[in-house]
Amino acid sequence: MFIGSLQTNPDTSVGGAFPSPANITGENYSNINNSIDLLKGLVNSGIFTGGVILFTVVFGLLVGYALAQMQFRGKGLVFGMMLLVQMIPFQLLLIPLYVMIVRDYGLADTYLGMILPFAINSTAVFVFRQYFMQLPSTLFEAARIDGASELRILWQIAIPLVRPAIVTAVLLTFIGPWNEFLWPFLVTKDQAIQPLAVSLANYISNIAATASNPFGAILAGACVLAAPAVALFIFFQRQFISTNIGSSVKG
Amino acid sequence: MSLRSVGGPRTGDTAGRAVDHRQAPRKRKNFLGPQPLGLLFSAPYVIYVLAVLAYPLGYAVYISFHQFFFTAPGVQVDRPFVGLDNYITVLSDPEVQRSFANIGIFLVINVPLTVGLSLVLANALNRVTRLKTFFRVAYYVPYVTASVAVVGVWLFLFQQNGLVNALLGPLAPNPSWLTNSWLAMPTVALYVTWKQLGFFILLYLAALQNIPDELYESASVDGGSKWVQFWNITVPGVRSASVLVTLLATITGANLFTEPYLLTGGGGPDGASTSPVFLMYQKGILQGNPDVAAALGVVLVIGVLLITLIQKRLVGGKED
Repeated sequence: MFIGSLQTNPDTSVGGAFPSPANITGENYSNINNSIDLLKGLVNSGIFTGGVILFTVVFGLLVGYALAQMQFRGKGLVFGMMLLVQMIPFQLLLIPLYVMIVRDYGLADTYLGMILPFAINSTAVFVFRQYFMQLPSTLFEAARIDGASELRILWQIAIPLVRPAIVTAVLLTFIGPWNEFLWPFLVTKDQAIQPLAVSLANYISNIAATASNPFGAILAGACVLAAPAVALFIFFQRQFISTNIGSSVKG
Repeated sequence: MSLRSVGGPRTGDTAGRAVDHRQAPRKRKNFLGPQPLGLLFSAPYVIYVLAVLAYPLGYAVYISFHQFFFTAPGVQVDRPFVGLDNYITVLSDPEVQRSFANIGIFLVINVPLTVGLSLVLANALNRVTRLKTFFRVAYYVPYVTASVAVVGVWLFLFQQNGLVNALLGPLAPNPSWLTNSWLAMPTVALYVTWKQLGFFILLYLAALQNIPDELYESASVDGGSKWVQFWNITVPGVRSASVLVTLLATITGANLFTEPYLLTGGGGPDGASTSPVFLMYQKGILQGNPDVAAALGVVLVIGVLLITLIQKRLVGGKED
């Protein structure tokens, strides 16, 4: 993919899969950058993904802690809800969410509209709860006797102890919105706010036919889109893999 | 391993904690429990689930039973109840029937291929001791990469004068892969299989760790060949993983949108690669019939549930 992105002319022979110095150019990157603003797209993807992660982590920590270490009425109900939510298929929500978010609330072409359906990831809540459960409850009882407020206990005792859970949740949440195509594609018509995946897809389906070296440009865009996810993956490889498997086996 | 660590002890634990003896007397005093603040902590999540998941779920069913069209925000219009009309429209639409048949083709190719390939590769990977990390990364990179990005590579490979056709020479299909109404959907299925393979390989790798080595040892003492061992120990040993893989592959099939949309320019040639979700987008949002699209969504989900139940019967039945 990377090699193809550097080629002046698409080389479709087997040899084309290997780099040849004569056929290397950075032109594809500037070509695709002229059609879709790569930096802007990356920033938009970043805001979308970052927003999802922020909501997931903040609210996930709160509810995860409450479910693991606090006794209150309705706790079982909240927990049951969390398990049920993971079974809701997105196809059912597609149309009503579109009607609500785009038509009723007028959130089309806003970051909030993009983020909303993904804002709290129940799997992440589950991860947080599991980590908080591992902490001894005596620790929290002692702090309560000393008169610390729950929020302070969470902030000063619980969160520092479950840092790995936060990394896990961030990784778990990251690939979803970063690679998500369908929903932002429905919500954004304005190019200035589209995540890179959407603008690249629009390029593939609309503009590519008229470009001089469309595949070079597509592959260049693809590299830019793939780079952050792949880099993050290679960096956190071990954690990434265990996180993903653990989260899929939630049933 | 992770199968157990996630799904394991939670229910018993919660129940045990609720009847903690020391807290029993305090509980009577405080109606909301010893830490009523827990309610406040859970509130954002609960409100979110109700507003963004539960309400739309009901709304979907409501839309599907009414004549529904888009209006400007705040405009009150009459949306009469039409009973099963939308469902009849959906089920009698040849395009919809075609899209479900396409998903059928997709599943018939994707599921056995995914299960077979990932099991064999996981088994191979389990024996490799060196370069393990390299193989893991190699299989997993397509999975973490955006579909939109990798689609570019496939377009490049499978276009009329792409690498694959160049290799095949005179054997290249005509019309080419993605514009051939017989080959478009299989190519999409192949793409998805390849992209998701890494994930499923790792799932099987995890399951393989749970098979005790003694089984293999006693089998080889008894003179069972590697092949016999594979069929009689490995395959039954990872059955629960197989159920999960089949289930996840089915869900992927039902959610199919990005791949046919980009690989075949939105369901071409002549509807040979349309997916139900693509039709939901087309009918609901482009053509302004959200009621029909919502009904299609309901039908699709019911279909998935039925397939899942059948799969559980077929594969999971013997398990318990």
